[in-house]
Amino acid sequence: MVGITSYGAYIPWYRLNRNIIYSAMGWLNPATLTPGEKAVANYDEDSITMAVAAAIDCLNGLDRGKIDGLYFATTTSPYRERQNAGIIAAALDLRPDIRTSDFSDSIKAGTGALLSAYDAVKAGSVKSVIVCASDCRLGKPGSAQEEIHGDGAAALLFGDSGVIASLEGAYSLSHDFMDHWRAAEDRFDRSWEDRWIRDVGYNEFTSEAISGLLKKYSLNTKDFAKVVYPCLYTRAHADIGRKLGFERGQLQEHMFATVGNTGAAYPSMMLVAALEDAKPGDKILVASYGNGADAVFFQVTQEIEKARERRGIKKHLASKKDLASYERFIASREVLTIETGGRGEETAATSASTLWRHRRAIEALVGSRCKRCGTRQYPPQRICVKPDCGAIDEMEAYRFSDKQGHIIGYTGDSLAFSINPPQMYAMVDFEGGGRSWFDLSDCDLDSLKVGMPVEMSFRRKYHDAARGVYGYFWKAMPIRA
Amino acid sequence: MAEGIKDKVAIIGMGCTKFGESWDKSYEDLIVDAFKECIEDAGIEKKDIPAAWFASCFDEVFAGKAGTPLSTTLKLPFLPVTRVENFCASGTEALRGAAYAVASGVYDIALALGVEKLKDTGYGGLPDFGSVMGTKNRLITPNMTAPGAFAMMATRYFSVYNLSPEEGKRMLARISSKSHHNGTLNPKAHLRREVTVEQIMNAPIVAWPLGLFDCCGVSDGGAAAIVTRADMAKKFRPDPVYVKSLQIALSSGEEIGYTDFDYAHVETGYRAGQRAYREAGITNPREEISMAELHDCFSITECVTYEDLQFSARGRAREDIESGRFDLDGPQPVQPDGGLKCFGHPIAASGLRMIYEMYKQLQGKAGPRQIKNPKLALTHNMGGMPALNLIGVCIVGL
Repeated sequence: MVGITSYGAYIPWYRLNRNIIYSAMGWLNPATLTPGEKAVANYDEDSITMAVAAAIDCLNGLDRGKIDGLYFATTTSPYRERQNAGIIAAALDLRPDIRTSDFSDSIKAGTGALLSAYDAVKAGSVKSVIVCASDCRLGKPGSAQEEIHGDGAAALLFGDSGVIASLEGAYSLSHDFMDHWRAAEDRFDRSWEDRWIRDVGYNEFTSEAISGLLKKYSLNTKDFAKVVYPCLYTRAHADIGRKLGFERGQLQEHMFATVGNTGAAYPSMMLVAALEDAKPGDKILVASYGNGADAVFFQVTQEIEKARERRGIKKHLASKKDLASYERFIASREVLTIETGGRGEETAATSASTLWRHRRAIEALVGSRCKRCGTRQYPPQRICVKPDCGAIDEMEAYRFSDKQGHIIGYTGDSLAFSINPPQMYAMVDFEGGGRSWFDLSDCDLDSLKVGMPVEMSFRRKYHDAARGVYGYFWKAMPIRA
Repeated sequence: MAEGIKDKVAIIGMGCTKFGESWDKSYEDLIVDAFKECIEDAGIEKKDIPAAWFASCFDEVFAGKAGTPLSTTLKLPFLPVTRVENFCASGTEALRGAAYAVASGVYDIALALGVEKLKDTGYGGLPDFGSVMGTKNRLITPNMTAPGAFAMMATRYFSVYNLSPEEGKRMLARISSKSHHNGTLNPKAHLRREVTVEQIMNAPIVAWPLGLFDCCGVSDGGAAAIVTRADMAKKFRPDPVYVKSLQIALSSGEEIGYTDFDYAHVETGYRAGQRAYREAGITNPREEISMAELHDCFSITECVTYEDLQFSARGRAREDIESGRFDLDGPQPVQPDGGLKCFGHPIAASGLRMIYEMYKQLQGKAGPRQIKNPKLALTHNMGGMPALNLIGVCIVGL
């Protein structure tokens, strides 16, 4: 049996009420009014960091050394060249002898990656592949997309033992359907008329893929506990299900009004939400949409009960903070050019050779533990930091990224440049030992206290636009959920 | 058996520029101004100087590395000039180098000069740390400034000693208010206004909990000293000031990397103080040290330094601050010249600027700031951040 062996998800802390966008930009096109709110990545988040967060959720309690591959699906790769999946694998401290690939360029890339992972495990080439789908899509100011697109990620672990939902079948469609597109040199999507996209693309392809799958495996809509497919238009979403013969209760809630359209991550995030409520024996049908469609169906097993310790969709949805202004939103995505001051313009060059030499320390937050006295230390040391030990070259690797800590001193710094001022940082003592200082994110200064627990999150540390580098490192933040 | 530096070296001349935003002065001007006053005070000529130690820190906005900015500005005739840099304690390092050279007998006279031209970056605060900490550290160090690094110690101190933010900020405000008062009496100070505790408490926050007046200014400035062998000193002047100890201590890495360090004090300050007291033969610093210039880059730094140097017992600085112990007319005046608080902190000049005030006070030449009958004076010059730093302590006396 091959299928999903674990799942995880990530939704950014910040939510933006669409009314705030509409109040700022609705004058341009009053027809953009869209209800609800959407999840927005913090200034230090992107599709890579959200994928890492979802993968950490997915791998909670599992041995990362047993993972043979990582596939990353997104339409918003921070890097066009330098494998994004490789950065995620490095952050997760996965073994280097694994397969990594980016699946991109279409919002159905998430199901494409998932099917490829399934095929690889099914073929016996690998035992375990984690599929991360994440998107952080920008809409042009004043566009409908700006209100519709939300940010988020999901991670699904595929394997052949401990399967919680076996993949039982798939049906795919590929069409060069030019509903929206983005050329290599473009930052924002362009699109054709919505009515055409809805009627000829979204409604047709989604329905065709689902009915194709039902026919191929001689299934009936009644066989499924849940059917999952993305919501591009709320009324059309409901109509597709109804016309196919699904009851309203069978349709997985689409999160359009709470998270938004998360692109390549959308079907996987909805699938995670479905798995959270699934019972052994349930069948779940998942369809993606984008330049065609993929339809996949899963059968939930008894093992599902063992995979409940996840933040998943539910806990991330409940943990949120309202972003109060449109201007902060577009500044954080670098859509609005803001005054950074001289200090904000000073970005030191990134040394690729330094990064490579210290890759585990920097990308995976791996420090060292003294084999003689047990003291944990970060960054890794050759000479033990414990004053009465001082052992030389008796260290073993010790990963801090999955350890919690607590704040021993903190500040909110208004002198340092930050797009989300004040710049907060703290001295952190890790449970079990080890101390270092870290930037803080996803919190308010008023909420910080000496002694409060924190966890580590992989974040964009800087964007060196002049040299085309996104620098990543770990930040501390209050325990999210 | 090592003997230490006590009474082997004397300071016979000093110079100090006015500190401030010297828009019309270059680093060369600051060097020449400090040097001119220094040799006039010593009563010597350039040809009498055989060697020099030169301190500068932020080469990025200064004249570049090496000793050549000093040698070429002063037209030193092919002399040996050593450039030293140890963060914000660089000035004390220049003095230490010059004093050790004289104590070793290699030279009879040596010049120590520290200078920093900070106000050419185009923005407030020190130059950004990003490009000055090496290719690895810049990838992992927080997006940090000096006020923030010390502010983390303030939130820690408040927590360890159960001070509410209001209580803690009031205690710190009293420190700055005292220094601002002293600064009003000093024509060489950058900031020369009285500032009340209430103004300090209500000032905009720079890095929580530190507000504008908890932070020292950013200034340009230079200071210099001529040292000679103790046995020769009286040939130059009747009132030379003798070096009683010169010690520095550097972080071992445990403050930032080992969880036993409490982060509510600066360990190097305690260690350097202990060594300096031993070298100078001081057993009760609270009673024996007449006055001090401490590295008050931020009010919290001065607060913990009272304790690190045992002017106050651990956790008891607040009582001494509130009783006025460190006021100009108190039993143990601190920052009689106004401190970094009023002078600002042109990095490599500050250590020598502190010595300059102690030297003038010991000679009875401090004018309206004159402390009655001082015997032993201490300077404390810190470089770096609470968890990763070095501290130079110098004790001088008559």
